Amino acid sequence: MMAFFDTDIGFVILTLLKSLALIVPLLIGVAYLTYAERKVMGAIQLRKGPNVVGPFGLAQPFADALKMMFKETIIPAGSDRILFMMAPMITFGLAVVAWAVIPVNDHWAIANINVGILYLLAISSLGVYGIIIAGWASNSKYAFLGALRSAAQMVSYEVSMGFVIVTVLICVGSLNLNDIVMAQRHVWFAIPLFPMFVIFFISGLAETNRAPFDLAEGETEIVAGFFVEYSAMSFALFFLGEYANMILISATTTILFLGGWLSPIPLAPFTWVPGVVWFLLKLFACLFTFIWVRATFPRYRYDQLMALGWKVFLPLSLGYLVLVAGVLEVFGWLPNA
Amino acid sequence: MSMKLDRAARGLLMAELVSGMALTLRTFFKPKATLNYPFEKNPISPRFKGEHALRRYPNGEERCIACKLCEAVCPAQAITIEAEPRDDGSRRTTRYDIDMTKCIFCGLCEEACPVDAIVEGPNFEFATETREELMYNKAKLLANGDRWEPELAKRLELDAPYR
Amino acid sequence: MIANIFFDIASAILLASAVMVISSRNPVHSVLFLILAFINAAVLFLMAGAEFLAMVLVIVYVGAVAVLFMFVVMMLDVDFVALREGVQRYAPVGLAVGVVLFGELAFVAVNWTIAPGATLLVLSPTPADVTNTVALGSLLYTKYIFLFQMSGAILLVSMIGAIVLTLRDRNRGKRQDVSAQHARVPADTMRMVNAKLGEGAKLPEPTEEAL
Repeated sequence: MMAFFDTDIGFVILTLLKSLALIVPLLIGVAYLTYAERKVMGAIQLRKGPNVVGPFGLAQPFADALKMMFKETIIPAGSDRILFMMAPMITFGLAVVAWAVIPVNDHWAIANINVGILYLLAISSLGVYGIIIAGWASNSKYAFLGALRSAAQMVSYEVSMGFVIVTVLICVGSLNLNDIVMAQRHVWFAIPLFPMFVIFFISGLAETNRAPFDLAEGETEIVAGFFVEYSAMSFALFFLGEYANMILISATTTILFLGGWLSPIPLAPFTWVPGVVWFLLKLFACLFTFIWVRATFPRYRYDQLMALGWKVFLPLSLGYLVLVAGVLEVFGWLPNA
Repeated sequence: MSMKLDRAARGLLMAELVSGMALTLRTFFKPKATLNYPFEKNPISPRFKGEHALRRYPNGEERCIACKLCEAVCPAQAITIEAEPRDDGSRRTTRYDIDMTKCIFCGLCEEACPVDAIVEGPNFEFATETREELMYNKAKLLANGDRWEPELAKRLELDAPYR
Repeated sequence: MIANIFFDIASAILLASAVMVISSRNPVHSVLFLILAFINAAVLFLMAGAEFLAMVLVIVYVGAVAVLFMFVVMMLDVDFVALREGVQRYAPVGLAVGVVLFGELAFVAVNWTIAPGATLLVLSPTPADVTNTVALGSLLYTKYIFLFQMSGAILLVSMIGAIVLTLRDRNRGKRQDVSAQHARVPADTMRMVNAKLGEGAKLPEPTEEAL
């Protein structure tokens, strides 16, 4: 059997199986993240959230999915049909594709590549296209404005995010995600690089267009931003893409700063727990914070958002990068030196 | 100076943001205020103005005497009444329609009614699937009255001291 | 074998989308085909073992440069009738430029000589324990440090130049100063007064700043 997996065809089949084993839980996770968001936001706002469909409303995501499937797909007049249908697919596809390099346990990744973190950065920089194409192809002012906003926002925050990632990289000396986690055996990077951790998390909020940076959607000003014109499954794909991106950013935060699958204390009772469980726990904590932040803070104004990105985060992350590099050099802690 | 330092430190440590997050986390664990609506309902006041009903006397005779005061007072002109003497000579309505899509639930009709015939009951769950079903006729209103009579009587009795 | 198939597919898409960039009517489609071409080029880089270059190509060109293209092109209000208006007039000039360019390219291609050691370089395999990124970095920061730093300096100068050219600090009324807003305390702006009956409170003279 193992010999079969070493052949070309066998390798392809094995990879497909691995992808399936990742995508199915991911999709279920996305479905239940929408449920968790409604429950958590509800609890924070002293409501109960969905509790009618199934026990504790647990069947709610499936009810929503069914509803979406049976709705009519509306293609607006004057829109670019092909691009209009492609945009949600791009958004959702990219959110899923990025998972290929995420290790959920030691060497448990579909592709353990040397430039893993660059791959993540590349995929997240592609994410902007789904939004731009949606905004342009809809042939609608609101959609276009929303697309411009979110494109500018994502491009701006990617810069400071890049610097944060570079800061982590000079502490690790490798672009491989597995190595990045293993470099945190002794101390999670969230502790020595705490300001970077905060910047990364906030940039992550902006990158996924989540509250308080969700002015690409801006319900009160531009209705729903780039996906006003979307309905039914194409809308659902955008929605799923947004949540999949949230999970992706949380996973990235976990790997870069929270020690991935490593247990918080490298001692006996904690190390018995499988790494996947630790990884998921940290992932859930990040996701909870995403929702928690959304329930707490009001939306930013657009110029404030840009000012925060370019005038606060960029200099701060650049300065901290230089500081960390300096400290590592002076004390001779540079990896691979 | 120390004031400025204090503010700077607060800003740098994002004290406001953290305290905001702490507040929402506290409410996260508080008991929820949700009323589980279709299964639980709020108590309603005896003066609640809900769906209309035409009442009868205990002997089964309808109360309405076709004085048309309600029709006259109705600000939305939702009520239409036609009347003629019945075989026994008493004045009765042949038609009593309320267009529920026009009605603004102001309660002036029941205020105007000299015999407590038209009343607004406690029922607020009378949504329909078609618009036509909201054009109530006399039969529907009388049926409402028969259905809700115990509640309607109780309601009038409770509210009587304040009239 | 699979690698060969992938190579064929990627290069075919690359060439086709490159053709589509110049032949599609709608400039937005052109940019999108350009992006497709970039991505396929990245795939080819990957297959050649240059993973770092592939990722950087996607991050820099697709993620940043092409987004700017998209921004500009999306704003265009393309009138296809007006576009086709002068075709007859400009065609000869365009053709002439094309012919000259093609001639030059042909000249270069004919006179192209391959460096004597090139075949040997291809033969020498990449060391297994050195990753792409490390190899590139050690070259860039040792042998080519001067060129590398120079290109950085040129980019910096051009960036500053662009900012200087476009920055006009017009006096646009009041601007938001977030730190000043945060620094405001109630004591600075508010005063509790016991107003006597019939007299009221006397307002202080407004300061220069408040006006």
